[in-house]
Amino acid sequence: MAVKITVSGEVITAYLDGEIDHHTAGVMRNEIDAAVEKNMPTMLVLDFRDVSFMDSSGIGLVMGRYKVIKPYGGELHITNTSPHIGKVMKLAGLDRLAKMDR
Amino acid sequence: MKDEIKIVIPSRSQNESFARVAVGAFVARLDPTLEELNDIKTAVSEAVTNCIVHAYRDTIGKIYITVSAEGETVKIRIRDYGCGIEDIDKAKQPLFTTGGEERAGLGFAVMESFTDKLRVRSTVGKGTTVTMQKKISVKDDTKK
Ligand SMILES: Nc1ncnc2c1ncn2[C@@H]1O[C@H](COP(=O)(O)OP(=O)(O)O)[C@@H](O)[C@H]1O
Ligand SMILES: [Mg+2]
Repeated sequence: MAVKITVSGEVITAYLDGEIDHHTAGVMRNEIDAAVEKNMPTMLVLDFRDVSFMDSSGIGLVMGRYKVIKPYGGELHITNTSPHIGKVMKLAGLDRLAKMDR
Repeated sequence: MKDEIKIVIPSRSQNESFARVAVGAFVARLDPTLEELNDIKTAVSEAVTNCIVHAYRDTIGKIYITVSAEGETVKIRIRDYGCGIEDIDKAKQPLFTTGGEERAGLGFAVMESFTDKLRVRSTVGKGTTVTMQKKISVKDDTKK
């Protein structure tokens, strides 16, 4: 599976897995959005520890999830990004949209 | 003689990873840093995805990839015979997209900042050619 999701109280954590490109982003998006819709979390954590590659489709994925969680008053957190993924995210200014801890 | 490879792939999204991995394997022989290698793979992924998502939006067409190395410089050309781009300057602007909600409009921005040189040529109805160039750093320990 491309994403493993855990729910703990009002926090959803999505552990993304593998390479994020236009081909894989669609499946990840659907699974995360289904979990958000069902649980209406106040915080969505996207965990990148097992992501080995990401292009701008990953930026679209993060920006899109921000738009999904905002109406619930939720916060977006990004965590465990490698230097490569951090570089792609900084280019898009995602560090201003979401809380990034690494 | 300069080293050159050519790859032709159908514009199916599952080929995005093949394209960047194949180019990455070629570039790896120049002993790039991990960052340089990731930069190139990301830029290739952007250009190939654009052929799939935009150029051949409702069809499957062929994507032509040429990679060459001359000295420490890698040159990558990615060509499609798809719909073409009306206004290249506009298309290159960060956040501009005709691809809808889930596209960030940052593909060209990535190609531009992750390589040393980006050139885009396009004719509406005929297709688009993206050429990128990047110099691979020479490491100290390889000095004789
Ligand atoms: N090969 C191509 N053929 C036709 N149109 C293209 C091509 N590449 C890019 N474009 C156009 O340029 C725009 C910007 O591309 P890009 O920066 O990669 O962002 P995105 O792919 O997220 O839309 C696209 O939305 C599309 O309109
Ligand atoms: Mg693109």
